[in-house]
Amino acid sequence: MCENCGCESPDPFQVHAGPDAGAAAHSHMPAHGHDSAPVTGWHAHPAENGSVTWHHHGDAAPRPLLDANQRAADLNRCYFRDHGILALNLVSSPGAGKTTLLKTTLERLHPHIGCAVVVGDLETQADAEALRPTGAPVIQITTGTVCHLDARMVAAAVARLPHTGLRLLFIENVGNLVCPASFDLGEAHRIVLLATTEGENKPLKYPPIFHGARAVVITKTDLAEPAGFRVELARQAITQVAPQAEVLTLSSRNGDGLDTWVAFLDRLLQAFDPRG
Amino acid sequence: MHEVSICEALLDQLTSLAAQQGWPRLRRVWVRLGLLSGVVPDALEFAFAAMATGTPAEGAELLLENEPGHFDCAVCGELELERMDFTCPQCGGALQLLRAGRDLWLSGVEPMPS
Repeated sequence: MCENCGCESPDPFQVHAGPDAGAAAHSHMPAHGHDSAPVTGWHAHPAENGSVTWHHHGDAAPRPLLDANQRAADLNRCYFRDHGILALNLVSSPGAGKTTLLKTTLERLHPHIGCAVVVGDLETQADAEALRPTGAPVIQITTGTVCHLDARMVAAAVARLPHTGLRLLFIENVGNLVCPASFDLGEAHRIVLLATTEGENKPLKYPPIFHGARAVVITKTDLAEPAGFRVELARQAITQVAPQAEVLTLSSRNGDGLDTWVAFLDRLLQAFDPRG
Repeated sequence: MHEVSICEALLDQLTSLAAQQGWPRLRRVWVRLGLLSGVVPDALEFAFAAMATGTPAEGAELLLENEPGHFDCAVCGELELERMDFTCPQCGGALQLLRAGRDLWLSGVEPMPS
């Protein structure tokens, strides 16, 4: 029901001609997303020169403009939940060590926990080939010129994965700190990698990708000293942008911090309730 | 660079809105964006100008408004800012980003007066 006039019209753009022309004219827009959100009206402001501006306050709109991907992501999320698959979206800039960390992780985990990988790159099968010796099923998506994975690409790739015993799905996104931030893939958690060679202030420069991350993993800690990287400064920046994120530090090369990383994954698996 | 697909969605909405309301042309269009939308305003404006040709929004002015995000300052408490900033405008201290919108919405239109 429209809060402004009490009418039951389902037409989101219905115009009511008021007694004093213009002033009472308004339209109805369904609020999006939240079950309890009230229907919020658009309304018109007539100006003396005869023009009319239509607008609404707050976030009532026909639908958000990124809606197409969001719907596909919501479907993926349901699918993962129904199949008991914990999906993690791994994002970072190019060369932060996603593939190397995944390789090490799969070597440790896959013998015990069913893992699989969907990996996105602009070109080549190189990452998939690097990961296949671990024995985990790997699907490579080559995106061509597209700088991020979207929810539909992931759905198509997951359909090609063997599902038997699959519990943990790593989605290795295209190396890019900008575009992947805008595309929910339906994952349970986004995990951002930040290499010590990138500098401590990356979170402040790229807030959308860091905000809301479940964890930020500082990689290549063996290079922190030569790179002049100060972990405490990075922690501060992460806390400013993503206060909820857990911060882990590791080196895939010398093995430092890998136990903590694996324990973290184990904790996520324990906490993952497919019925929840 | 996903401004093109955003622009397609925007033009779809504008075209059906204009058809419903019988507006042949639009003069101004407002879009509200969350601080975490990741949209580059210049790129969106460029896409809009190029893609609106042949639609009721052809030649319309696109106005972008930022939806404020919520920040926390250890000294001043919670505050709303319309731009991404990690320095408190009141005391100069460090800010924490509590929450901000990721999406963007058509928030207003002005039809060309007939």
